[in-house]
Amino acid sequence: MQGYLSLWDEYGGQMVSAFWGNLQLTFWAAIGSLVLGTILALMRISPVPSFRAFGTSYVNIFRNTPLTIIMAFGVLVLFGVFQVQFSSDFNLNFFQIAILGLTIYHSAFVCEAIRSGVNTVPLGQAEAARAIGLSFMPAARLVILPQAFRGAIAPLGNVLIALIKNTTVAVAGSVAEISGLMKTMLEFRADVGILIFLTIAVFFVIVVIPVGLLTTYLSKKLAVAR
Amino acid sequence: MKVSESVLFDAPGPKARRRVVVINVIGVLLALALVYYLYKVLNDAGQLTAEKWSVFGKGSIWENYLLPGLLNTLRAAAVAIVTSMLFGFIFGIGRLSTNKVVNWISSIVVEFFRAVPVLLMMIFLWIILARSGMVAPSDSPFVAVVVGLTLYNGSIVAELIRSGVFGLPKGQREAGIAIGLTRGQSLRNVEIPQALIAMLPALIGQFVVILKDSALGYIINFNELLFNAKLIGTGNANVLQGLVVAAAIFILINFALSKLASVVARRLSSRGISAGKPQDPAVPVVVADLNTKLPGGSAT
Repeated sequence: MQGYLSLWDEYGGQMVSAFWGNLQLTFWAAIGSLVLGTILALMRISPVPSFRAFGTSYVNIFRNTPLTIIMAFGVLVLFGVFQVQFSSDFNLNFFQIAILGLTIYHSAFVCEAIRSGVNTVPLGQAEAARAIGLSFMPAARLVILPQAFRGAIAPLGNVLIALIKNTTVAVAGSVAEISGLMKTMLEFRADVGILIFLTIAVFFVIVVIPVGLLTTYLSKKLAVAR
Repeated sequence: MKVSESVLFDAPGPKARRRVVVINVIGVLLALALVYYLYKVLNDAGQLTAEKWSVFGKGSIWENYLLPGLLNTLRAAAVAIVTSMLFGFIFGIGRLSTNKVVNWISSIVVEFFRAVPVLLMMIFLWIILARSGMVAPSDSPFVAVVVGLTLYNGSIVAELIRSGVFGLPKGQREAGIAIGLTRGQSLRNVEIPQALIAMLPALIGQFVVILKDSALGYIINFNELLFNAKLIGTGNANVLQGLVVAAAIFILINFALSKLASVVARRLSSRGISAGKPQDPAVPVVVADLNTKLPGGSAT
């Protein structure tokens, strides 16, 4: 117990600020991948063959690539070879490259989530929209997409949960975040190793479980009754 | 082009067809511009020269780095697939148990390991196993990868089994009990075999996740494919090429597995088996992505 309390004295502040880094990564990458994923989903359901082909190849490539490779690519190639500098601040630069990597990876999953939402809309809805004289864009905007987004809440929630957990992989992109800090802590304080792991695990449980409950609740509450 | 099947647009008339052709040409030109831009950036940085790529044609590179790395990746993934199936079975049945204590313990275990990042488990096991002397330090990355993958993916498999059983018609259990089976026997002999078949596409999708997540071993110095590809890269000043080759191998294997999953899903749905009921209140959100019927695994 004494050992555990001294652990908080020593690392408490660092743990909180490192986990705050994970949450910030989540926030920016969630916005980025929602935007990029929606664009990709629109491409994949569009009538234009080249757009569809682009969307499909993007999803197939990035959904099947390990996130670790994307993160390693960011630091070893974008930074190491091409000296990409989003920011003059060294740490902020790695942070932004990691956001880029997380966005690229999770966009493929957001795209599929939204597409699956579109698939929940029955054909009759579109036919009815056309029957009352709506053309493609008004039909999509007023009839199809509102239902599609409601049908996509549960899969989108899953992607968000995965994103929160995947921010730990940013350690492969030289970002100061919680899994890197945990490694340091374990090396110096192996005596309370299990407690270190459980403490940091609880950080994630506290964030992930409410997000899961909330999206389950919303997806049921907003489900289109059919 | 099976336009008429899409919800979003009608079969296009002559005017719309012309518009689609024009936009299509613009799309192709944009894609070509993107390819050219990438080519130019890579070429200007000298990344497309023959000597950067030619090492991957050498047998010794494959023999000493890529194949051993791939073998380690596949070995870790194969062991993790077997152990996480076992884990999933035990805790899946545990969560379906009518015994309150068993049910609670299984629920806590499954929910905990599903909420904690796999990487945290791997780093923890890697350091602790080597320190405590339970595993030889040289083996600890492999063991950490396999155990980490098992705990996470096993929990997902447990949820798959649970939602698969919930998705079955109630009559199956009732019929089992009617012919004199106990609830456990009916679960094991009647319900789970059927649930497994319905869950097969999602299960194969989970194998993709296991294979992808085995690359996390790179962070804990497990000499798998990505780790070795980086070694080649630092040795020959071609990190970009090494990572691209490693990514290509991963994409090929995972793409094949995803295709297999969708073929299985199509076979099954043509036989009238579907993966769970969409709005089943007992099925939590993480499993709900089964209902999207999208093989290829979830994002972790």
